[in-house]
Amino acid sequence: MEKNLLEVNNIEVVYNDIIQVLRGVSLNVPKGSIVSLLGTNGAGKTTTLRAISGLLKPENGAIKEGYIKFDGRDTTHLTGTDIVKLGAVMVPEGRRVFKHLTVNENIIVGSITRKDGSAKIREDNELMYKHFPRLSKVTNRMAGYSSGGEQQMIAIARALMASPEMLMLDEPSLGLAPLLVKEIFDNIQTINRELETTILVVEQNAKVALAVSDYAYIMESGKIVLEGPSKDLQNNPDVKEFYMGITKGGRRKSFKDVKSYKRRKRWM
Amino acid sequence: MSYFFQIVVSGIVVGSIYALAALGLVLVYKSSRVANFAHGQIIAAGAFITFFLTVNVGVPILFSFLASMIITFFLAMSVERIFLRRLIGEPIISVIMVTIGLASIIDGLIFITPFGTENFSFPHFLPQTPLSLGGVSISWTQLVGVIITFILIGAFSWFFKKSTIGISMRAVSDDQFGAMSVGISVPRVFGLAWATAGLSAAAAGCIIGNITGLNFETLQAFGIIVFPVVILGGLDSILGAVVAGIIMGLIQQFASGYLDGNFGLNGTGDVMPYIILLIILLFKPHGLFGVHEIERV
Repeated sequence: MEKNLLEVNNIEVVYNDIIQVLRGVSLNVPKGSIVSLLGTNGAGKTTTLRAISGLLKPENGAIKEGYIKFDGRDTTHLTGTDIVKLGAVMVPEGRRVFKHLTVNENIIVGSITRKDGSAKIREDNELMYKHFPRLSKVTNRMAGYSSGGEQQMIAIARALMASPEMLMLDEPSLGLAPLLVKEIFDNIQTINRELETTILVVEQNAKVALAVSDYAYIMESGKIVLEGPSKDLQNNPDVKEFYMGITKGGRRKSFKDVKSYKRRKRWM
Repeated sequence: MSYFFQIVVSGIVVGSIYALAALGLVLVYKSSRVANFAHGQIIAAGAFITFFLTVNVGVPILFSFLASMIITFFLAMSVERIFLRRLIGEPIISVIMVTIGLASIIDGLIFITPFGTENFSFPHFLPQTPLSLGGVSISWTQLVGVIITFILIGAFSWFFKKSTIGISMRAVSDDQFGAMSVGISVPRVFGLAWATAGLSAAAAGCIIGNITGLNFETLQAFGIIVFPVVILGGLDSILGAVVAGIIMGLIQQFASGYLDGNFGLNGTGDVMPYIILLIILLFKPHGLFGVHEIERV
């Protein structure tokens, strides 16, 4: 983990020329690592990912300050297509599978930006079914009829078909049962290990994300408020209290004490 | 009985051309949700380009047929690039108004040429004696036209079903943001949809021109008749366009074959498609093969 594959330096993102969402976000993703970006709703996690993948335009957003470097190249103002070609692919929030395409068509379409020949693409296509054996049973079913977990797998497989250097996942645990969340994160670890894909994962589920990642950033209202190796953050009392619902005594918080959340702690 | 089969045959001939003509409309609608009101003009332009190349330049008809398909491919692509690209994200009604404006402009351009007012017919290059089979006759032009139409429809279907670019075009119509996230360039897909629509329109125009002769109004009218066809088939279904095209052709031929002259009726073939259009819109607005939103609960 010597070199930073992704370097986000002090970016500010403004929507509709007026709503500032990111106020100077900086983060680094070392090559080969798993980095998680945590935070509550509206903290700006999704916007950060969209800024990195060049997909702010559809939402009328723009990077006003700072720069993003991927693999040593400035990608701040590149289009989404170019960034995918460079090797950074995002799995969007809510999976966004193509509902009326079959599972296999969904996976194949991920290879659209590749130029390295159909033999290699076919090989990778097979590989996806090895990583996600569940999908091999439903290749010809319409993706819209798949379960949430399957759709997440389809979306990940689709992104991997671009043979990316870095995979970005936007809340892969969203709306999934705990066992499935575990399965998905196991998959993410396997992909990181076997395909050597660098991973940046955005999550609200801090517990599971910290468990698999090497390094983590915590965002709040458009800023990074805390960062560190995941091991350290797991033991940080504030992280424990705010993101994992564990009290200072180390016991699980009961619903009776939930109102103590109102006592918001200032990070800075 | 042979009268019945004669009607079936001519219904399939007309219908397959409707299918080919409707294909382009479906493509543009499917990818960008725009109903293209200039489709009839593109059909006519394709036919005139073929005629011009064949008769005035002297290119063999097969080559001028291919050339006109290629020319309209790029023509339609540049129309998208110049006029419609900057309308991405604008209200759909503005985009539709632009296609209507476009139709008027192409009309104007065609009226500058002799094609706007005069009638022409393609030189005969196939045997003139119609093929006869058990009392049912079909002209060589019709037969070859139908065969070419089916080959083209087959090629298009293969392209959208199997090729990665074809799949990516369907992906864009399914979920634009999802498509962008995997690196599909949405503007390029729109351009390609217009281009393939232009290509199929030119092919349809050329086949119609060979069968019925070149008359601007007739050709242009195909741009209107395709609306009932695509609505019957489901606006965003390629298979729907093909099936509905043939159904519509049969309905028209049966109506004019059996109703006209009886019960004091006349011209039912022209009215029937629009009656069907109304019925479909009332009872099955998605059409026969239109997409129903998949909603998992």
